[in-house]
Amino acid sequence: MTTIIDPSKRQSWLDLREIWDYRDLFVFLVWRDIKTRYAQSVLGIGWAIIQPLFSMVVFTVVFGNMAKISSDGVPYAVFSFAALVPWTYFSGAVTSAGGSMLTARHIITKVYFPRIIVPLVAVIAKLWDFAIALVILFGMMAYFGFAPTPRALLLPAITLVMILTASGFGMWLTALALQYRDIQYSLAFGVQLLMYASPVVYSVSMVPERFRLLYNLNPMAGVIEAFRCVLLGTNPIPWQALAVGASVALLLSLSGGAYFISMERRFADVA
Amino acid sequence: MSPNDVAIRVERLSKRYRIGLQEERHHTLVGTVLRLAAQPVRNLRRLRNLTAFGDDEQDAEDIIWALKDVSFEVKRGEVVGVIGRNGAGKSTILKILSRITYPTDGMVEISGRVGSLLEVGTGFHPELTGRENVYLNGTLLGMRKAEVDRKFDEIIEFSGVAKFIDTPVKRYSSGMKVRLAFSVAAHLDPEILLVDEVLAVGDVGFQKKCLGKIRDVAQEGRTVLFVSHAMQAVRNLCDRTLYVESGKLVSDGPTHAVIRNYLTGGDVRRTVRAWHDAGSRPGDEMFKLKAVKILDGNGTSLPIFRTSESIRIQIEFDLGELIPELGVGFDLLSADGAMLFRSYHYDDEPEKWPKLALGHNCLECVIPPCMLNGGEYVIRLCVLQQDVKWILNGSPEIAFEVEFDHARSPFYFKLRRGVIAPVLQWHAVPHGQSATDSVSPI
Repeated sequence: MTTIIDPSKRQSWLDLREIWDYRDLFVFLVWRDIKTRYAQSVLGIGWAIIQPLFSMVVFTVVFGNMAKISSDGVPYAVFSFAALVPWTYFSGAVTSAGGSMLTARHIITKVYFPRIIVPLVAVIAKLWDFAIALVILFGMMAYFGFAPTPRALLLPAITLVMILTASGFGMWLTALALQYRDIQYSLAFGVQLLMYASPVVYSVSMVPERFRLLYNLNPMAGVIEAFRCVLLGTNPIPWQALAVGASVALLLSLSGGAYFISMERRFADVA
Repeated sequence: MSPNDVAIRVERLSKRYRIGLQEERHHTLVGTVLRLAAQPVRNLRRLRNLTAFGDDEQDAEDIIWALKDVSFEVKRGEVVGVIGRNGAGKSTILKILSRITYPTDGMVEISGRVGSLLEVGTGFHPELTGRENVYLNGTLLGMRKAEVDRKFDEIIEFSGVAKFIDTPVKRYSSGMKVRLAFSVAAHLDPEILLVDEVLAVGDVGFQKKCLGKIRDVAQEGRTVLFVSHAMQAVRNLCDRTLYVESGKLVSDGPTHAVIRNYLTGGDVRRTVRAWHDAGSRPGDEMFKLKAVKILDGNGTSLPIFRTSESIRIQIEFDLGELIPELGVGFDLLSADGAMLFRSYHYDDEPEKWPKLALGHNCLECVIPPCMLNGGEYVIRLCVLQQDVKWILNGSPEIAFEVEFDHARSPFYFKLRRGVIAPVLQWHAVPHGQSATDSVSPI
């Protein structure tokens, strides 16, 4: 086995085999992330639920009761929570990926491994919180009397688009954040802005038809709407929004991966 | 030599970094406001420039070359040391070889699996137990889980922390952490091992164990590149050594010769150091050092001194004030940093102290013959105002080399271990007589 190290950029970009060789590290890092995230806290994994739960309460009071925003005929609480579960995952995954390289700075300046593992671990590890929140959502659905329909079988596919979206954003932001710390500062508020560009507190039906295509360019719009339709049966499944969203997510992931790898060699120098 | 025998080939390797420069300042309110307004644009340019270099910028003033045109080859099974002062580029070489950072120019060809130990315990998480950290650290260093499984017992055994393996690492002492971490790394089984200063940590016993492990690795025919400041360790482990200075490879050859070159700075006359420019002289307004000279019995400076002759250490200085509590002296250290002794001009009874005068002074101290062993030694200046302050505390320092030649016995012909090598008096003590009677005073 011979390795050549030179300054050329014609690297085997996405050396998939090498990433595959490091799969055990990937698994351990995900596991470490989950195990240590809520270590030495009283509520432990409860923190994974508190954020979407409290947001739901606030949204229900402010948007549901005071502003009386239409919730497509279902109780506003479950309407917003069905959106908050994927949205909390997305915002958490992107924020944690954005900071992941900085957190891992002491490792990447000391040992070699495919760097792309770092943001992907952050994105995958958040699935644990997502799964727990999903269980709460199922509990709420039972409470409000929503029986699962065969449509729920689409959930894994929608989740996949959601992960792809988070990975795409995650890789872009991680690569940028290491050189430009501005990303870190703008991340929290950028994610918040993006929430209003997604149907979290309101229904897609409130978006004028002529802006729909533009609106659907945000992959999370399709994901969240699909979540609601599949679980609560509010609207017909938004195939078009999902297809556009999935394409954008794929594009984001591929370009994010490529950008990440083109920047990868400089990480140790700018970290 | 067939190309298969080369484990590491480094060709004209260069690495450039950009360092921050002080920005020009504006002292007017308008200037400051304008500067603040333009700040984001300037920041963007600066941040982009961290990694972007124009072709016309070869020697811009904010660029430093951490490495410049370094070339060498390491054969399979060779154990090579890398020495040099801080910031000379040693670690940059290791970082490029272990693919942490990439070269600006030149190339490296490595045949075989690389294990690099730039720091022990990378990625250790305090909340996880020892066992969990072994797996995490092992996979981080490039092992598969199955591999860690297989070596787990061996790793724990070597580390000596078996009892606490299921305790979170945050409860470990720092020594335990280092032992466990080194243990993981030592079981990496790479074909090429890159080691950087890991031995600076841990107690002496464990350091020995680490060195032993590295030596084992070497004897198994694997290749080792060993960066260290500990000359003794380099000497023990490596047959060949590279000496890096200011990003350039200064010498490459047998360890003994390269270390000598390093210690003498490649310049024989370094055993005489003089500060001709009054402004640059070490010291304060009371004491100004003018020169330090290491001379042989005839008062000449030599590339290598001999242990059969006395070695004279001369310290020249200017005194701006005469104070009785001034002490002028030096530390004598072996090349590994072991301290032999400290000596001051006022160590004897006051009547025998040398007289000091205002203005120029020159004090000489004689290291008697037949005392030092062969090897390198270092003199470090110590000047103080007794009970008040240090004027010079351990610097400047001067290295010199001594050849062992004072033994007259046919059985004492080669270098023995030890930092000094005195030939002591031996007597037969007649039966029934006390030993002290027969020893003549020196």
